[in-house]
Amino acid sequence: MRLSLEAHARPARVMVWASPVLAAAGSVAGVAILFAVLGRDPIEALRILFVAPLNSLDGLAELALKATPLLLCAIGIAIGCRAGVWNIGAEGQFTIGAICSGGVALAFGGQGHWWLQPAMLLAGVGGGMAWAGIPALLKTRFNAHEILTTLMLTYVAAQLLGYLVHGPWKDPKGYGFPQTRQFEPDAMLPMLIEGTRLHAGALLALVAVPVASVLLGRSMLGFRIRTVGAAPPAARYAGFNHARVIWVCLLLSGGLAGLAGMLEIAGPDGQLTPVISPGYGFAAIIVAFLGRLNPVAILFASALMALLYLGGEGLQVSMQLPVAVTGIIQGMLLFFMLAADVFIKFRLRWRPAPDGVAAGVATHA
Amino acid sequence: MDARATHARLRLTGITKRYAATLANSDIGLSIGAGEIHALLGENGAGKSTLVKIIYGVVRPDAGEIAWEGKRVAIADPNAARRLGIGMVFQHFSLFESLTVAENIALGLDTRESIAELTRRIADVAGRYGLAVTPSRHVHHLSVGERQRVEIVRCLLQSPRLLIMDEPTSVLTPQEAERLFAVLRRLGSEGCSILYISHKLDEIRALCERATVLRGGRVVGECDPRATSERQMAEMMIGGALPVAHRAAKPRGGTPCLDVERLTLAADEPFGTALRDISLMLRQGEILGVAGVAGNGQKELLAALAGERLTLDAGAIRVCGIAAGWLGSAARRRLGLSFIPEERLGRGAVADLSLTENALLTIYPHGFVRAGMVRFGAVRRFTQDIIERFAVKASGSDADGGSLSGGNMQKFIVGREIGTNPRVLLAAHPTWGVDVGAAIAIRQALMDLAAAGSGVLVVSEDLAELFEISDSIAVLSGGRLSAPMRTRDTSVEAVGLLMGGRMQADAPVIADAA
Repeated sequence: MRLSLEAHARPARVMVWASPVLAAAGSVAGVAILFAVLGRDPIEALRILFVAPLNSLDGLAELALKATPLLLCAIGIAIGCRAGVWNIGAEGQFTIGAICSGGVALAFGGQGHWWLQPAMLLAGVGGGMAWAGIPALLKTRFNAHEILTTLMLTYVAAQLLGYLVHGPWKDPKGYGFPQTRQFEPDAMLPMLIEGTRLHAGALLALVAVPVASVLLGRSMLGFRIRTVGAAPPAARYAGFNHARVIWVCLLLSGGLAGLAGMLEIAGPDGQLTPVISPGYGFAAIIVAFLGRLNPVAILFASALMALLYLGGEGLQVSMQLPVAVTGIIQGMLLFFMLAADVFIKFRLRWRPAPDGVAAGVATHA
Repeated sequence: MDARATHARLRLTGITKRYAATLANSDIGLSIGAGEIHALLGENGAGKSTLVKIIYGVVRPDAGEIAWEGKRVAIADPNAARRLGIGMVFQHFSLFESLTVAENIALGLDTRESIAELTRRIADVAGRYGLAVTPSRHVHHLSVGERQRVEIVRCLLQSPRLLIMDEPTSVLTPQEAERLFAVLRRLGSEGCSILYISHKLDEIRALCERATVLRGGRVVGECDPRATSERQMAEMMIGGALPVAHRAAKPRGGTPCLDVERLTLAADEPFGTALRDISLMLRQGEILGVAGVAGNGQKELLAALAGERLTLDAGAIRVCGIAAGWLGSAARRRLGLSFIPEERLGRGAVADLSLTENALLTIYPHGFVRAGMVRFGAVRRFTQDIIERFAVKASGSDADGGSLSGGNMQKFIVGREIGTNPRVLLAAHPTWGVDVGAAIAIRQALMDLAAAGSGVLVVSEDLAELFEISDSIAVLSGGRLSAPMRTRDTSVEAVGLLMGGRMQADAPVIADAA
C-alpha cells in the first residue's frame, strides 16, 4: 500500500470552506505543541492567546481596533486577487496613506476647520491610490509584475516615513525622538466607546464589507474583475479591458489600504512614528485568503487575525516570549491553510501496490 | 499472416477505470489482430481516450487484463508501451519548434545514436513509406501535415507492432488525408496493427476493417465498417435514431451585413499568420463557409472580425454598413454581431462561473446592465430560455460551466450567441469535437438563423459540414482568402487543392455582381 494524491473530477466545494477551519484547528494544535516544547503550559498559553483578550470590554474594543486596518487592507487585496492582480504591498500603501493624512493634520490641525478630517481622509485614500498607481502603470505599460513592484514600493514607503519623522517632520520638542508632534484634537477621530481606544473608523471598515460584496457579486465591474481573474481569454472575448481592470483593482486596494493608514494615525496613534503598522498590510494577505477572498468571510478572518495580535501581545507579557511569537502563529495559520487547500483539488488515497510493476503517479486530463 | 490465427496482437478483457463519480471505462473487451486496422468509435465522453491512455500506459486500469501477443502484461508507463512495440501519434504534437526534425526525433528515442546516423535512418524510413520529411529542417517551418509525418516517422523508427492514431486527419487537407491512408494501409499490409480513432465515419469506412463502438464507457457493438453505413454507425454511437438537419427555403440576395475590404493585419505573435488583403461580403440570409487547415489565419481573421484586434483602417470592416474596424467587441455586439469562438471552456465560457454568469459574458451590451448593476433576474430568464430552446443538458441556470459536457457547453454557447438575435454571426469550428446529436442541432440552429435573415460566417476544417450548410465557400490559406465559390458549383477536391495553397485552381468563382 502507498499513498497517492488523486485529482478530483471537480474541485471539492466542502473543502473550500472547511480548509480555513482546519487550518485554524491545525494552528491551535501546532501552537500547543510549540509551547509544550518550550516548556510552557500549553493550556495556559492557549487561554492567554484566545480567551483572555475577549474577557473585557476593553479587550473587545482592542480586537475591533486591530481588526479595522486588517479588514480594510484584506478587502482591497481580495478584490485584486479576484482579478488575478496580486497586490502584496498594502503595507506600503497603508504607510503612504498615513503620511499624507498625517501631513494634512500637521499643517491644518488646531485651526478649527470643519473640513480637516474629510481632507485627511481624502489625503489618506489618495495617497494609497497614488502609491498603488505606480505598480498599475508599470504593469500596464511595461508588463512589470505587481508582486515585485508592490512589495518593493513597501520598503520605499517605509524609508520615506523614516526620513520624515527623523528629519523635516520631527517634533522639535520631542527630546530627539523620531516622531512628529501630537495631532491637535480636531484631527482625531471621535471615539465609539468611552474609555477604550475604539474609534469611528471601525464603522467605515464595517461599511466596506457590504459595499465590496455588492461590488463583486452584483455589479458589472465586479463581474469584469472576476472574469479577468478566472479566464483572461474569456474576458478578452467578452470585450473587457484588462488594463482597466488592473488599474481599478490596484487603485481600489491602494485606496482602502491608505484609508486604513489614515484611520490608524487619526485613531489610536495621534502622531507619525517610524513604525505605524505592526505588519497589518502583510497579515491582511493571510486574512484575505483565510476569508476565501469573500468580503463577509474576511470580516471573521480579520477578527481572528486581530485576536492573534492581541493574544501574541499577551503571551509576550505573561510568558516572556519574544515578539516573533505572533509571526510564528500567523505563519502556521498560512502554512496549514495552504496544506488544507491541496484537498480542494486532490484527495489522498491508499492504493494497493501493483503486482511487480512500478506505477507512476496517477494522472488524468 | 499466420500470427493472426494464433494470438491477437492486443486483447483487452474487462478493462474498467473509474474517476471519482464517473465510470470512464466499464468491462471493456477489445481485440486487434496482427495487421488489422481497427477503428475505435464513440462520442465525446464515451471513454475512447481513457481506453487509449490505458493501452499506451498513461493511465492504469482499476481492473481488467491486457494481453499482448497472448501474454498478460502490465503497461506501467509509455516507455513500457514503446518497449512492447506500441506507438502513438497524438492529436496534439509534442515537437520543439526551435529544433530540427532529426533533433526532435532523437529526443524521443531511447537509443544513443548520432544525429548523422539517425538522419540516415529517418530518410530511410520516410522514403520507404513515401512520407515527405526532411530531417534537417526546423520544425517551426513545417506545416501541420508535415509535423504529423514527423510524429509518424518517430513511431515507425521503433518498428511498432501497434500504432495508435488519435484523430489524425483533423489537421489535414483531404489530399493529405488520402496520403496518410496510403501509408497506414501499407503498414497494415506489413503486419503492423493500427488502432484508429476518428469522428469522421467516411474515413473509417474507407480505411478500417473492424470497428468497436463505445458509448458511456461500455462496448455497445462491433461492426465491419466496409459493410455498415455511416448512418448505422452514427446510430450505434448515439444509441438512437439520428435526427436530420433541414434547410428551410431561404431568401436570396439580401443586403450586405458584413463587408470586409482589403483587410491586412500583421501577425501579433511569433508563428502567427499575417492576414493579407482579405475581402469578403456576407449578405443577409447567407451562410459563407471559410475552409482551410488550422494555422492559416483563421484565428487572426476571427479576432479581427470580432473586434478583439482592431484594424488600421476603420472602414476595412463594416457591420451592417457601419465602419467597425476601430470598434471593440462590445461595440460590435451592439451593432448586432455575435461570435462563437473556437475554444469553449476558458474563452467562450468559464468553468467556474454559473451558466447565468456565462450568459452575461456576451449579452451584457444588450441592456442587461443598469447603472452599473447587473440585472441578474433578466439574465437568468434569458439563460433558462436558452437552456430550454437548445435542449442544453444542465441542472439549471445556476450550474457551473464546468459541469456541462463539451457538446452541451457548445449548444449553450451557440444558443447564447443566437439568443440576442444577431444580424451577423461568426462561428469558429462550431461542431468540432461535439457529438453527432449536438452537431446536428448546432448546424440546424445556424441554418435557421440564416433562414431568418441573418448572415452567418462559419470557419471550419470539416469540409463535409461546410458543404452541408454553406451557400458559398471560400478558402483561407497562408493568410489569404480565395474568392468565394458557390457550394453547388464546386467540389471537395477543388476546395482541397485551394487548402493546400494553390490559389489558381480552376474552380468556378462567383462574379462579384451576384
